Amino acid sequence: MSVSVTREGRQETPLLSVQGLTKYFPARDGRIVHAVEDVSFDVRRGSTVGLVGESGSGKTTAGRAILRLVEPSGGRALFDGIDLFSLSARDMRAYRQRLQIVFQDPFSSLNPRMRIAAIIGEALDARGFPRGQRRAERVAELLTLVGLSPDHASRYPHEFSGGQRQRIGIARALAVEPEFVVADEPVSALDVSVQAQVLNLLGELQKRLGLTMLFIAHDLSVVEYLCDEVVVMYLGRVMERGPSRLVYGFPRHPYTKALLATSPVPDPTRRRTHVPLHGDIPSPIDPPSGCVFRTRCPEAIAACAGVVPPVEAIGGGHHVACIRHHE
Amino acid sequence: MAAISNPQLAEPAMLSRLMGRPTAAVGVLILIIIALAAILAPVIAPYAPTKLSIASRLHPPSFAHLFGTDDLGRDVFTRMLYAARTSLSVGFAVVIFASIIGIVLGLASGFFRKLDAPVSRLIDAMMAFPDILLAIALVAALGATAFNVVVALGIVYAPRLARVVRASTLVIRELPYVEAARALGVPTPTILVRHVLRNVTSPLLVQGTFIFANAILAEAGLSFLGVGISPDIPTWGTMISVGRQYMDQAGWIMMFPGAAIVITVLALQLVGDGLRDLLDPRLAKDI
Ligand SMILES: Nc1ncnc2c1ncn2[C@@H]1O[C@H](COP(=O)(O)OP(=O)(O)OP(=O)(O)O)[C@@H](O)[C@H]1O
Ligand code: SF4
Ligand SMILES: [Mg+2]
Repeated sequence: MSVSVTREGRQETPLLSVQGLTKYFPARDGRIVHAVEDVSFDVRRGSTVGLVGESGSGKTTAGRAILRLVEPSGGRALFDGIDLFSLSARDMRAYRQRLQIVFQDPFSSLNPRMRIAAIIGEALDARGFPRGQRRAERVAELLTLVGLSPDHASRYPHEFSGGQRQRIGIARALAVEPEFVVADEPVSALDVSVQAQVLNLLGELQKRLGLTMLFIAHDLSVVEYLCDEVVVMYLGRVMERGPSRLVYGFPRHPYTKALLATSPVPDPTRRRTHVPLHGDIPSPIDPPSGCVFRTRCPEAIAACAGVVPPVEAIGGGHHVACIRHHE
Repeated sequence: MAAISNPQLAEPAMLSRLMGRPTAAVGVLILIIIALAAILAPVIAPYAPTKLSIASRLHPPSFAHLFGTDDLGRDVFTRMLYAARTSLSVGFAVVIFASIIGIVLGLASGFFRKLDAPVSRLIDAMMAFPDILLAIALVAALGATAFNVVVALGIVYAPRLARVVRASTLVIRELPYVEAARALGVPTPTILVRHVLRNVTSPLLVQGTFIFANAILAEAGLSFLGVGISPDIPTWGTMISVGRQYMDQAGWIMMFPGAAIVITVLALQLVGDGLRDLLDPRLAKDI
């Protein structure tokens, strides 16, 4: 098992260690979508790791695969020492509640036919929480925890704003008292005015409940103050990863540099990051040979088409996948 | 952002919005009147449905016999009221039966990838037959009773409902709220009922309304062809079938039940159209 070093230099096993995660989807004509390819990273207990990359880079797929919401094609996900991918569907059920997810789209993540009490109640059922008076109290408690009012319990999802719905989604995830939460772009669908509130809530809950979190975003600026470490993905692969201060302060990968160059200040008029790299992301059905970033890389050389650059450690937990990183 | 239309409406809100559409409101009103007439048949009917009177055979409409009398001197208006009970019950039973089969097949093929190909092929094969031929074949095989007519028509219309359920299930299966339930470890049967089926009810309701109309027509068609419900039992179809022999002398015997069918089917179509417009966000423009 891989071991990481904390700032104090003490060694500890990470709560989650993703190793060589790969997910292929079948596409038309027997071809395959290389959604996630050989992705590895660790998440220390109580820390938040940011998973960043443009749309289509495989962030959601990676998150879903770790939770076995899609069946991974390869790799391991050691959670508290157990490889989740080796568990039978039945054994996995026992682990389900220890890992939860908050979805990107607040409009389709809540069943429109269920009252909030029933939505959170379903999570409590999953946990084996008894029915009765205590349950209503627990629902009220959870709603209060996420900054909603207890009498919201009797309402339907369509009576809430996007930000409120996202809070309900968070309450549902927390109802089963998970140790690990995947937050999949939880604010990117929200109005800019409420994005910060929801981010603050997540950061606060993470500290208060000692949660371990994988925070997915397409924008490095959102992740910066929330995350201890970042993993930068492109076309299914890890380009660079490491402690936030290193990745932000001393980016080594051309892709990370480009991402950082475009998002120094949060721009409220822009929802999605526009990366000033020429060309579009190539299709994950037919990714470029060698370095997948080479078709858009300003520093690409002929050798980049040759081999897939290995993710190399360059000290302090900082890792880069670029054959020219030491130049 | 808040302008995103919400196709999933609570049922009470739906009825009031349906009544806000003039054509649908007319449809609902007609259906209520017909249903009341059927339910209150023993109260409203001026005669007993089986009261024979050879003396008053084939009387044209008059004050004594509003819709005339048939070949055995029975009051056509009275028999129509009683026939409404059978015709509507058969139509309703067909919808229920077809829904049960359609929901099971549709959920199975829409939710479980492995079952999709075989079940979809079965559905396509069933839909390849013309409705009425398949119904005739099934009734011929099962025997011509009211129950078997319901079974046959239920089988005939089930594939359409299965398609509707399958199409919706394919979409809902991928929605994050289903994924959230899976992440919580909610058992699959619970997910199917609580999250999928509950959100399929709207398109199911629309399709069910149209099938109700078709079933009433088909039952009449089978009776007319003499392969349906026994002519002794008054349904609008059997009345037309009997009246056909006296078409020249006593057109009213088949004219009035025929009109009842047309009006009922039309009303159901109006309601179905209204529901569809209401629930399909692409068509909904006003209100
Ligand atoms: N169920 C699926 N079947 C086929 N292809 C899929 C499926 N889910 C995702 N993909 C493909 O895998 C790739 C990665 O998608 P993914 O949703 O993981 O990206 P993402 O980084 O989360 O993007 P976004 O920022 O838009 O959410 C995309 O090319 C996508 O089309
Ligand atoms: S390996 Fe080559 S193409 Fe890839 S990031 Fe490095 S320089 Fe660019
Ligand atoms: Mg995503």
